[in-house]
Amino acid sequence: MVSFVKRKDSNVKLSVVGSLLSPVVFAIEGTMSLDTMGRVTAEMKSHVREMRPSKLTIDCAGVKYFDNAAALMVSKFKKDMESVGLPVEIVNLSEDSQKIMGLIDLRIISDSPSVPTKHAESRVEGIGKLAVSAVAEFGNLMTFLGGFISALGYSILHPKGIRWVDVASNMKRIGVQGLPIVGLISFLVGLIIAFMSSLQLKPLGGNIFVASLVGIAMVKELAPLMTAIIVAGRSGSAFAAEIGTMVVNEEVDALVIMGFDPMRFLVVPRVLAAFIVVPILTLYADLFGLAGGLVVGVMGLDLTLIAYINQTGSAIALSDIGTGLIKSLVFAAIISGIGCYQGLKVKHGAEGVGAATTSAVVSAIFFIVLSDSIFAVVFHYL
Amino acid sequence: MNNESRDVVISVEGITARLEGNTILENVSFKVFRGEILVIMGRSGSGKSVLMKHIIGLFSPVEGRVLINGIDVHKADESERANIRRSFGVLFQSGGLLGSMTLSENTALPLEEHNDVPDGLREMLVRMKLRLVRLDGHENLLPSELSGGMRKRAGLARAMVLDPEILFFDEPSAGLDPVTSAELDSTIININEGMGTTMIVVSHELQSIMGIAHRVIMLDGEEKGIIAEGDPRELMHRSSDARVLNFLNRRVA
Repeated sequence: MVSFVKRKDSNVKLSVVGSLLSPVVFAIEGTMSLDTMGRVTAEMKSHVREMRPSKLTIDCAGVKYFDNAAALMVSKFKKDMESVGLPVEIVNLSEDSQKIMGLIDLRIISDSPSVPTKHAESRVEGIGKLAVSAVAEFGNLMTFLGGFISALGYSILHPKGIRWVDVASNMKRIGVQGLPIVGLISFLVGLIIAFMSSLQLKPLGGNIFVASLVGIAMVKELAPLMTAIIVAGRSGSAFAAEIGTMVVNEEVDALVIMGFDPMRFLVVPRVLAAFIVVPILTLYADLFGLAGGLVVGVMGLDLTLIAYINQTGSAIALSDIGTGLIKSLVFAAIISGIGCYQGLKVKHGAEGVGAATTSAVVSAIFFIVLSDSIFAVVFHYL
Repeated sequence: MNNESRDVVISVEGITARLEGNTILENVSFKVFRGEILVIMGRSGSGKSVLMKHIIGLFSPVEGRVLINGIDVHKADESERANIRRSFGVLFQSGGLLGSMTLSENTALPLEEHNDVPDGLREMLVRMKLRLVRLDGHENLLPSELSGGMRKRAGLARAMVLDPEILFFDEPSAGLDPVTSAELDSTIININEGMGTTMIVVSHELQSIMGIAHRVIMLDGEEKGIIAEGDPRELMHRSSDARVLNFLNRRVA
């Protein structure tokens, strides 16, 4: 057996022996590979066209490198030529190359490649599918809500059955660990509002009203809203990812088999923790927002500390804080409910967990803002 | 042994299973007898796990019913369901351990449903079951700190903690090295012989099947049902079905 070092380069030479209308030999030397086969076949075809041989022999004695692409191209060339009545013989293939040729199933050459059967969706079909999936999604959501409410009712009637350890650890994660970021963002939002409103109020001599503006804006709207958005990003996503991973790992199946209701075991502790902690975080955000405004008022607007605090106190009523807290309870339910729902809905492995996490955050924020606008209208008429 | 005279524990009666619009199983019926190790075998995608999930009640069939000790799994009321659940344990493919709990907490989980377990008994039971699967000494590790084989054994300890009369195994050898897999098989045999536990094992590992099965049923994806039933060592030589012969002799179809 002649063994040669397989070295692949782009050198290939085709020499032609023979004359017009008689048997012709193509001798190929060098590399027959993915890179060179285009050149070689083009050359061979043009020679065939010029010389119109009666019989063709491809002599591969000088071939130093031969790969699958070469084998495919040679086989295809042979088949094409034979289909127009020109017999082709391939000779002097090395043993290694013959093995490669042996791997080729001639059907690969003739079969047309399989095309994905997915046909383009018409618009009507798209709308139909969207409607069907929206109805199914609504059904799922209602099933979840029903299951959740009954689990919550059961838990309230049987408080011993609640997994308080899980409630506490979730309170820590949502609340305690969220304190720095909630504080920082509320402080900055207070600062920004004070600064922007001072630009408008200063020329009018209304510096002191900056305090009222910051107070009302923070307590009634921005503190609950910013807190909810931060909690959705930090904890809503975490709920979806954790529960989704548990679904993928068959942990939820195992719970069901052992007789635990996933609603009571996984969802109720998380929702309860959010109920307890989000209002507290909102109060905390109120304080930091006011502090942000205070800094601008005292340092940039020449207001005294006492005057600023007094003005804030007279601008916001206790009921304003109350509406903020009511909102924050609703936001807590939205965030934790959607997070858990998306997690339990996960089907297709890791990819599904990622999608669930994204949609938990996006839809939670959407519903937070939506319910906030409803609150705005409702509280206006109350 | 004469099948007629044996005690039926599980009876699957004409179930048709559909998942996301695809029919996976059609009109499948068979019985499981007390104390036997029945292996549900078949090629990948033949519906073995789907069948198991229907039997344990995670999925509901579109037609047919599953009786465990005479009670319809899918139509049982809450108290019957609790009874059925207590009668079986499941070892999931990846163990199904809760990631946030230690080994001993995981193993103790099925005991939580029982409020009247005396102090100390809980811990002893957990330790006993963990020793049975040779995991004593690892009580305080989290599942993520265990190897795949240890996770399966821990899953088995948890499945056995209530001394169930039936144990289900979903692909017990999947992802295990030959030695660990053989160890798990011998644990399965020991439990079966020692406690008379009825076992339903979903598997496609030939060696494991030959080692543990008293009886097999073979599912086929195209038939959407059972194509063979019997002793694997006999089927291996005497089956008239080429698909069964190929499977049991590890041949290319």
